[in-house]
Amino acid sequence: MSAPATTAALRVTGLTAGYGPVTALDGVDVAAEPGHITAVLGANGAGKTTLLRTVSGLVPARSGSVHAGDVDLTGAAPEKIARAGIAHVPEGRGVITELTVEENLRLGALLGKARGRADTAIDDVYTMFPPLAERRRRDAHTLSGGERQMLVIGRALACGPDVLLLDEPSLGLAPRVVSQIFELLRERVEGSRLAVLLVEQNARSALSVADVGVVLNLGRVVASAPAAELAADDALRHAYLGF
Amino acid sequence: MATPVRPTEKAGSAPRSGREPGRWAGLAARLRPRATFARHALLALVALVVVVLLLELTGPFRNSQFATMSYYAIAAAGLTVLTGLNGQISLGHGALMAVGAYTAGLLLPAGIPLLVVLVIAAGVTAVVGVIVGAAASRLKGPYLAGATLAFAVAVPGLAIHFDEALGGEQGLAVPSPRAPEWFADAVYFLSANETSSAKYLAYVGWTVAIVAFLLLANLAASRIGRIWRAVRDDEVAAELAGIRLSPVRVLAFTVSAACAGLAGGVLGVVVRLAAPTGFTIVLSISLLTAVVLGGLGSLFGAVLGSALLVFLPPAVTNLGASAGLSDVQSAQLAPFVYGAVLILVILLAPGGVVGTVRARWHARTTAPAEAPEERTGRS
Amino acid sequence: MLQFVNTLLTGLGQGAVYAAFALALVLIWRATRVVNFAQGAMAAFTTYLALLVVESTGSWWVGLLVALACGLVLGAGVERVVVRRVGPHNELGAVIVTLGLFVALQALASILFGAQFRSFPAPAGLEGFSVGGVTVALTPSMLITIGAVAVVLLGLVALFRFTDVGLRMRASAFDGEVARLLGVPVGRMLTLGWALAALVGSLAGVLIASGSLVWPAYMDTVIVNGFVAAVLGGLDSPGGAVVGGLAMGVILALVTGYVGADLVPLAALAVLVAVLLVRPQGLFARTAARRV
Ligand SMILES: Nc1ncnc2c1ncn2[C@@H]1O[C@H](COP(=O)(O)OP(=O)(O)OP(=O)(O)O)[C@@H](O)[C@H]1O
Ligand SMILES: [Mg+2]
Repeated sequence: MSAPATTAALRVTGLTAGYGPVTALDGVDVAAEPGHITAVLGANGAGKTTLLRTVSGLVPARSGSVHAGDVDLTGAAPEKIARAGIAHVPEGRGVITELTVEENLRLGALLGKARGRADTAIDDVYTMFPPLAERRRRDAHTLSGGERQMLVIGRALACGPDVLLLDEPSLGLAPRVVSQIFELLRERVEGSRLAVLLVEQNARSALSVADVGVVLNLGRVVASAPAAELAADDALRHAYLGF
Repeated sequence: MATPVRPTEKAGSAPRSGREPGRWAGLAARLRPRATFARHALLALVALVVVVLLLELTGPFRNSQFATMSYYAIAAAGLTVLTGLNGQISLGHGALMAVGAYTAGLLLPAGIPLLVVLVIAAGVTAVVGVIVGAAASRLKGPYLAGATLAFAVAVPGLAIHFDEALGGEQGLAVPSPRAPEWFADAVYFLSANETSSAKYLAYVGWTVAIVAFLLLANLAASRIGRIWRAVRDDEVAAELAGIRLSPVRVLAFTVSAACAGLAGGVLGVVVRLAAPTGFTIVLSISLLTAVVLGGLGSLFGAVLGSALLVFLPPAVTNLGASAGLSDVQSAQLAPFVYGAVLILVILLAPGGVVGTVRARWHARTTAPAEAPEERTGRS
Repeated sequence: MLQFVNTLLTGLGQGAVYAAFALALVLIWRATRVVNFAQGAMAAFTTYLALLVVESTGSWWVGLLVALACGLVLGAGVERVVVRRVGPHNELGAVIVTLGLFVALQALASILFGAQFRSFPAPAGLEGFSVGGVTVALTPSMLITIGAVAVVLLGLVALFRFTDVGLRMRASAFDGEVARLLGVPVGRMLTLGWALAALVGSLAGVLIASGSLVWPAYMDTVIVNGFVAAVLGGLDSPGGAVVGGLAMGVILALVTGYVGADLVPLAALAVLVAVLLVRPQGLFARTAARRV
């Protein structure tokens, strides 16, 4: 693959990946721009999680490329990709439940420090999510679902990433909590250099917070447009987004 | 008796493809197992012929090696069924063999006939197996390995502690039964060879082994064998299908222990001694080497593995001696190789000899579209 | 009464060593979900190396340092060369591989160092202190044993609690995938975990041997007792390993003193079975086993 023309924070080109006989991603192109939230939408099994896991090196790419800025990360090990500034909040449980809240955050901050970011990362997280500050010494397995989501997002931000990959942060959370988290995310991204790739089932709220939307179906991109356009496209909404 | 594992699995899946499931299932169930059992019987006959040929064409030294091989084969067969078909590992089989050997040592002097003694040895060890198996039935992987290891280390201590009855460190002399007249006559009639005691013991050992293999092969091919494998492959699914795990595991352990006891009894009369030093952890691990090398779950693999246990030590010991090692040092080459073999097989060919050959064969004979079906006991 | 006190003291001394050994098993279990059955053979091996050094330099302490250093290297090597290749989710394979290492290393020790009994010097006196005219079974050597175990234990606690590398190691052990997503070189952390565990195991090997005899299989009963101690405390709990080790030391000393030394392994087996049937997660497990 030749180097991409414009330098997005993250550029995925022609990415193909799968599991054994299953092809879960089939030539996917996606980009995430600094200061923008890109929503990745699609039905169950569309390949959204696989896309994020391939970007962060957990699933090997069969072909295609992944670039962060102009660094080629295709085929690199997950820890190397993380150190290159891509923070991945995995689907479901990403909390290390045996560690305390603060230790989870410290892990993120360690990476942030290694990347030359501010030493105040943990305090920033506490400012962003005050409930975590009150629970800093508790074992993470005592947290509620919403608090866990705050913890993993906070931990990823403490890594000082250029790109944040979020896999279904709304899963299992009350709509009010979801919109709170999305608002905080919006504030954090606005005017910053952070690029967010937001995978969501919940297309309506994802599109309300995102700048751009990409719709996956059976491992292929079927639509890619500004969020407002996607939300206004009735046919697309009915076919793929279910609202 | 080489391949007890596969045939009925096919038989088991036959009904699904039939048009009238009920009828075909009944027919298949009635026909196939019987065909399998007949095949096993035939294989047993062939094995018997092979044994006679081998024993009559070789001298007393080889005869005694074959006698040794017979008890390793019996014990390894029991272990491969347990580990390969039911997924339970045991480091206690050396100790279970000790139970059989001591039983033989206690009963033979009382004038009880050898075959009866061997059956009792198997029975007594099976009872021990029920107890150990019951304690172990809830354990898995490393916990099971550790528990059976603790058992293996504890048993020799018993023999030393109760030295009045069991002979302490020195052990218990086991009288070696003499070959009966008719046996000597039969051998002479067959090959014009004189009977040695090694030959007699080798015949006894292999006859017992063939009977044990026949029983194990049929058991493995029966419903019980299928249940064992179901539990090994996915215990949650097995439990959902209404199988109660503990009794299944205990039964597997008991059958396996009975084999170890039988092997121990044969070992007693072949070695003429039951002593604590004969049943170290290294014995248990050697048995594990035999079944892992042969291929977990394969009875034929158990025979191959036990051949290694018998024929490898003299070979490497000679090698060591010619490389300038002392006797004591050379004697340690065999366990060194066992350990290396265990590691290498697991890393490079986890199916063992039989599993690997079978996979190659499968890959060659079936269309590439059909994924080869691996059948080892790995969890 | 004096005999009882002395038995207890002996038991605590032995227990300190079992604690170290159990701790080594727990470290590896937490990091890689493998019970290292080769731990005893590895420790025997490094103890032989220490013996060579002690015999040529005359210093027990130099010997100990050499054993610890060799343990570190051996542990790292075993993880890199063998254990890593077994692959995840292969419980039976991992058990078999460590057993293979166990016999292979033990045989190698016989070949290289001889199979005969050799005596290993003690770091200090083996005469009991006398308290008010009565000699108790607490010796200077035992104090060194207990002190060494305590130092290592505190060192490990400090490492895991207060250092970045310790945090990374714990994260790798608990959730390798998430740790990698946070930039932790998990493979290196696991190697380090094995190395540290083997160091602790080597310490136990030297301590057991000191003032006593070594032969290639001298760790065989220790591996069982250490395993039982680890299970007693909960395979996931380092603190539990220490308490379990001390408890095992005392229990086995009582059995030795009042029943007979030959039945010590049987007693260990009885403790193990009792624990597994009554409280399989061990006495000190904090959370139910995560990946069983
Ligand atoms: N570990 C796996 N092994 C085999 N197939 C898998 C695996 N993980 C996912 N798949 C398959 O890959 C396809 C894409 O899965 P993926 O998890 O990426 O979907 P998704 O869009 O994240 O779905 P969801 O919204 O349900 O999370 C699916 O068909 C799924 O069955
Ligand atoms: Mg998903």
